Amino acid sequence: MCDTCGCNVTPGNEHLVRADGKHAHTADGKAAVQVLSSLLSENDHQAAHNREHFDRHQVLSVNLMSSPGAGKTALLEATIEALQDEYRIGVVEGDLETENDAERIRARGVPAIQITTGSACHLDAHMVHAALHKLDLDALDIIFIENVGNLVCPASFDLGHHRNVTLLSITEGDDKPAKYPVMFRAADAVLLSKTDLLPVIEEFSVARAANGLRNLASRAPLLQLSSKTGAGIGAWLDWLRGEVRDQRQRVGAGETLKPAIQQDGLKLHAQG
Amino acid sequence: MHELAVCQGLLDQVTRIAHEHAAQRVDRIVLRIGPLSGIELPLLEQAFTLARAGTVAQDAELHTEAAAIRVHCETCGAETDAQINRLLCGECGDYHTRLVSGDEMLLVSLELVTDERDKGNKDSSFKIQDTSNEKTSTL
Ligand SMILES: Nc1nc2c(ncn2[C@@H]2O[C@H](COP(=O)(O)OP(=O)(O)OP(=O)(O)O)[C@@H](O)[C@H]2O)c(=O)[nH]1
Ligand SMILES: [Mg+2]
Ligand SMILES: [Zn+2]
Ligand SMILES: [Zn+2]
Ligand SMILES: [Zn+2]
Repeated sequence: MCDTCGCNVTPGNEHLVRADGKHAHTADGKAAVQVLSSLLSENDHQAAHNREHFDRHQVLSVNLMSSPGAGKTALLEATIEALQDEYRIGVVEGDLETENDAERIRARGVPAIQITTGSACHLDAHMVHAALHKLDLDALDIIFIENVGNLVCPASFDLGHHRNVTLLSITEGDDKPAKYPVMFRAADAVLLSKTDLLPVIEEFSVARAANGLRNLASRAPLLQLSSKTGAGIGAWLDWLRGEVRDQRQRVGAGETLKPAIQQDGLKLHAQG
Repeated sequence: MHELAVCQGLLDQVTRIAHEHAAQRVDRIVLRIGPLSGIELPLLEQAFTLARAGTVAQDAELHTEAAAIRVHCETCGAETDAQINRLLCGECGDYHTRLVSGDEMLLVSLELVTDERDKGNKDSSFKIQDTSNEKTSTL
């Protein structure tokens, strides 16, 4: 058993091994086991399964994260409005309570599954899996997962999606990338939302927000937009179109993609 | 907070490994946690104290190794220390860096008690050594 699983002699039982020279590391009933796996490996396993679902049906999956009220649902409404003749969109909504956001999406004629997490302040791969099986993936090109409004935990959980998009609204202040590095480092694209408020909130410096993001070694595009006025929405739609195209190419080539940050981490951690 | 969820994931894993090794008890759990993992250590320790009750790890000591933040620069090739919200190259200042360490959230190792009969008694543990080896070889 122990040759294959990598059990070790511990300082506590070493004397026993020496005592008779045998490879007797379970002699005092103790065994140290090297594991070196992620604390979230259960979740990561489920996430990989979710990703297979998306890929099998050639669906691009985008995880939207932000603090509460940064405008995720408003962005989805504007995106559906603009792309409904181009792509078939589905939405998974994560909130602590209420069906409000799913209802807003359904009102646009798009299927939406609401996950109410109760006390959990983030979505995990198991919750998303349950929601996936309520959607007809063959009838979709893009699935948006609107995560629970929270700048802390959602970044730690792989849901099986392909891209992380993080919103930062003008009213939150330009120092958020520096204050929430785990979240902003995880973003494949950062959207500065509610830019129609820039003239009102003079102290918000776009340059400072961009600088905070670059300090995190982020190469993510920083797109400015307002879901209210539609300003800047075009660049976001173009980014999405590029992602849908890339996803189709990947699936055609039998490849998949994890949000960059988690992939790097995994590679390094696999080396121990 | 999500530390409780992380902790439950940890305990699921520990329980499975302990079971695979036919362990009666887990004495020590070693983790490596980086500042960029999103895990707050005091919260994780607090969550662990709550969540371990009734599991095979209910008496286990949780030991955490901190991981330093290190980045590798793609521009100049240097590997340098960095801070949680400043991951630039320490040599040339460029932002084209990759994290080498600092976002770890790893279960490193476990110390399992696979035979409790000889607990605290060295003499009996010598006697039991053969039996436990026999037991091991039949597994
Ligand atoms: N001025 C302005 N207000 C906006 C914009 N986008 C959203 N809002 C407002 O911001 C508030 C929150 O918007 P939501 O879209 O519900 O935000 P959310 O991120 O989905 O919120 P949670 O799901 O609760 O975390 C609403 O009152 C919106 O009308 C925008 O571009 N400009
Ligand atoms: Mg919302
Ligand atoms: Zn499934
Ligand atoms: Zn959480
Ligand atoms: Zn450099």
